[in-house]
Amino acid sequence: MSVTIPSSTRIPDRVWPDQNQGAPDYLRNSRGIMSWIYTLDHKRIGVMYLCGILASFLLGGIMAILVRTELLTPGPTVMTADTYNHMFTLHGAIMTFLFIIPSIPAALGNFILPMMLGAKDVAFPRMNLASWYLWVFGAVFLIGSMALNGLDTGWTFYTPYSTTTNSSVIAATLGVFILGFSSIFTGINFIATVHTMRPKGMTWFRMPLFLWSLYSTAIIQVLATPVLGITLLLLIAERALGIGVFDPELGGDPVLYQHFFWFYSHPAVYIMILPAMGLISELISTFSRTPIFGYRFMCYSAVAIAFLGFLVWGHHMFTSESPMAAVIFSALTFSVSIPSGIKIFNWLATLYRGSISLTTPMCFALSFMLLFTIGGLTGLFLGALATDIHLHDTYFVVAHFHYVMMGGTLMAFLGGLFYWWPKLFGKMYSEFWGRISCFIIFVGFNWTFFPQFLLGYQGMPRRYFNYEEKYQFLHVTSSTGAFFMGIGLFISAGVLIHSLLKGRRAPDNPWGAATLEWQTSSPPPLHNFTDDPIVTEPYAVAEFELEPDTGNYIRTEEAQPRNQLVETSP
Amino acid sequence: MIAGAEHSTHAVAGSSTHASPFRAHHFETAEQQSAAARLGMWLFLVTEILFFGGLFVAYAVFRTLHPDVFVNSAALLDTTLGGINTVVLLFSSLTMAWAVRCSQLGQQRGLVLCLSLTIAAATLFLCVKGIEYYHKIEEGHLWVSQYGDATDLGTFNREGTFFSVYFAMTGLHAIHIIAGIGAITWLLVRSLRGHFSPQYYTPVDVVGLYWHLVDLVWIFLFPLLYLVG
Repeated sequence: MSVTIPSSTRIPDRVWPDQNQGAPDYLRNSRGIMSWIYTLDHKRIGVMYLCGILASFLLGGIMAILVRTELLTPGPTVMTADTYNHMFTLHGAIMTFLFIIPSIPAALGNFILPMMLGAKDVAFPRMNLASWYLWVFGAVFLIGSMALNGLDTGWTFYTPYSTTTNSSVIAATLGVFILGFSSIFTGINFIATVHTMRPKGMTWFRMPLFLWSLYSTAIIQVLATPVLGITLLLLIAERALGIGVFDPELGGDPVLYQHFFWFYSHPAVYIMILPAMGLISELISTFSRTPIFGYRFMCYSAVAIAFLGFLVWGHHMFTSESPMAAVIFSALTFSVSIPSGIKIFNWLATLYRGSISLTTPMCFALSFMLLFTIGGLTGLFLGALATDIHLHDTYFVVAHFHYVMMGGTLMAFLGGLFYWWPKLFGKMYSEFWGRISCFIIFVGFNWTFFPQFLLGYQGMPRRYFNYEEKYQFLHVTSSTGAFFMGIGLFISAGVLIHSLLKGRRAPDNPWGAATLEWQTSSPPPLHNFTDDPIVTEPYAVAEFELEPDTGNYIRTEEAQPRNQLVETSP
Repeated sequence: MIAGAEHSTHAVAGSSTHASPFRAHHFETAEQQSAAARLGMWLFLVTEILFFGGLFVAYAVFRTLHPDVFVNSAALLDTTLGGINTVVLLFSSLTMAWAVRCSQLGQQRGLVLCLSLTIAAATLFLCVKGIEYYHKIEEGHLWVSQYGDATDLGTFNREGTFFSVYFAMTGLHAIHIIAGIGAITWLLVRSLRGHFSPQYYTPVDVVGLYWHLVDLVWIFLFPLLYLVG
C-alpha cells in the first residue's frame, strides 16, 4: 500500500524544524552538572545509563581481548593462570550484569518507552533516578572486587568453590545484589507506566512491539530478580557466617544453589534477548516500509517467551540433576523455540516484498536475524539431552550463548543505538561508515565464534587456561576474529562520536517510522511533546512520506484523520 | 474517534479536578497518580514474596531431607514468646488498617494515634525477638558453623541446619520490620504536618499494604518454625 500525495497537501505545522516552537530541548533546558545529578527526566537518566553501560562494555571488551590474546598459544602467553581466571570471570560478570541486562531496557528503554507510549515521563521518576544510582553503586562494588582480591569463580558464583576461594566474592555478589535492585526498580517502573500512563487512543494492541517486549521483560525482571537477590544474600551469609545452606562441608546443598541461581539466570537470558526482539521488530518494519507481519502473534509470542522462560532453568543442570528432571526440562526447553520461531518467520514475512533500505540500523537488524537464528538453532543441540552430555561445558556452549547474547542482543542494541541516535542527540551520522562498521562487526563476529563451535564439538572445554596443540589453529582463528571485530566496534564508536561533533542536524523523523517518539522534535523537549501526539496504528509507515529537501518524513494529509486500525494488504 | 488533536488534556497542567499539592507534573489526574503508586507497591510486594520464596524453598528442601531434625529443633524454640509476637503483629496490622481508614475519613488525631500504636507494636515485636535471639546465643543454638561447640570443618550438628534456616528467615523478616518502622515514622511525620486528607492518602495506603505483607510473612513463619511436630 503506497500513498502518493502531491507536495501541496503537506501539513504545514508538522514540518521540521518548527515543531519545538522555540522551547529548548531536554539537553539544553537546564545547565550544569547538578542539573544532571538530580535530574528526574527519563531522557537524561537514559543518557546517563547509556554512558555507564558503554563504559562497562568497553571494560568487558578489553577483558575479552585479553582472554583471546592469552589463548593464542597452548601454554601461558601473556598472563598467569590466576589472572586468566579473574579475566574471564569479570568479563562475564561485567558483560552480563553491567552491560547486557541494562543495555536495551535501562538505556534505550528509559529514553524511548515514555515517548513511544505518548507519556511525559515514567510513572516513578524518583525511583528511576534511584535505579541509576543503584546501578552505579553496584558497578563500584563489582568492579571494586577487581581492586581487592579479584574474582575467579566464573560469573555464576557456583558453590562450593565460591565459598572457599580467597577472591573477593562478597564484594562482587553484593554488587550484583545491588544491581538486581536497580533492575527491579526499572521493571516496576515500566510495568506501572505501561498500565497507568497510556494516553487516550493508545490501547494495548496499538502499542509498538518494542513496548510489548519491554513490558514482558519487566515482568521477568520483577518476578525473577528477587530470587537472585535472596540467593546471593544466602551466599554472602554462607561465606561470612557459614550458615551451611550451600556448603556441603556444613551439610548444605550445592545443587540447591544451582537451582536458585538458574531460576533467575535463565529467565535473565530473556531479560537480555526480549527487548532486542522488540527492537528488531521496529527496525525491520520501518526499513521495509511495511507494517510488521502478524502483529498480534508478535505480542503474544513476547509474553509467551516471558512465561516459558520460567520453566526451563533446569536445562543448565542436565549433568547434576535426576534423569527424570532432565527429561522434563529438556522437553520444556524445546517449547521456547515455538514463540522464537514465530518471531523469526514474522520478520522474514515482513521483509518479503518490502521496500528495504539498507541503512546502518537495518544492517544491524539483518545481522541480528542471521546470528540469532544460528544461536537459536545451536541451542537445540544443547537442549537435547544426548548431545548435551557431549557438548556440556565445552566451547560449543560458549559459542552458542555468544551468538545469542552478542550476535543477538549486542547487534540489536547497536541497531537501536544507531536508529534512535538522531532522536537522542539530534545529529545524523555517516551512513557509509556506519555500514562499514556493521559489516566488520558481522564478519569479525562469525570469524571469532564460529570456530568455537568446532572447538567445542572437538572437545575443547570452556574456561581452560592451557589446551592441547591440536586446538591451536582454531583458537588462533578465533582470536584474530576478535581483534578484527574490535576494530569494527571502534569504527562504530568513531562514527557516533564524529556525529556528535560534526553531524548534520537530524530531522524529526529521519526514517519515516510511525511510532510516537518520531512525532516530536529531535532532540525532544523536556515534556516530550509540544502537542499531543496522534495515536494511530504503530506500523502505519505507509502514511509517511519523505520530504526530499529536509530529509524529514511527514504524515500525508490523507492519512491525517485515519485513526482506525489500518487493514493492510500489500 | 481517537484523533489526538481533539483532546489537549495531555499537556495541560492542573486540568485535574483535585488539584493536590502532591500531584507530580507528569500525571494528568490525582487518580492516575494514586493508581500508579498502588500498582507499583503491589509489584514490589510480588518481588518481596519471591524474595522470601527462596527461603521457603530452602526450608522445604531441608525439612524434606531431615524431617526428624526439624521436629526436634523446633522444640528448642520458645513457643510462648513466638505466640506473643504473633499477637503483637496482628494487633499492629489492625492499627495500620485503622490508620488507612482514618486518613480516608480525614480523622487527623486518629491517624496519628494509629500510626504511633503501629510503631509501638513493631518495636515491641523487635524487643521480644531480641530476647529470643539472646536466649539462643546463650544456649549456643546458632547456625551450623557456630552451633554448640562442634565448629571443626567436616563435623557439624544437623540441628544447626534448622537454626541456619531459622536465623535467615526471622533475620530477614526483622530487617523488613525495621524498614517498616522507618516508613511508618515517615508517615507519622507527614501526618503531623497535616499532609494527608481524604483527597490524598496514597502513601498511607501503600505503606499499609507493605506492612500487611510483613505481617503475613510472619503468619507463615510462626507455624513453620515454632509449631512443627
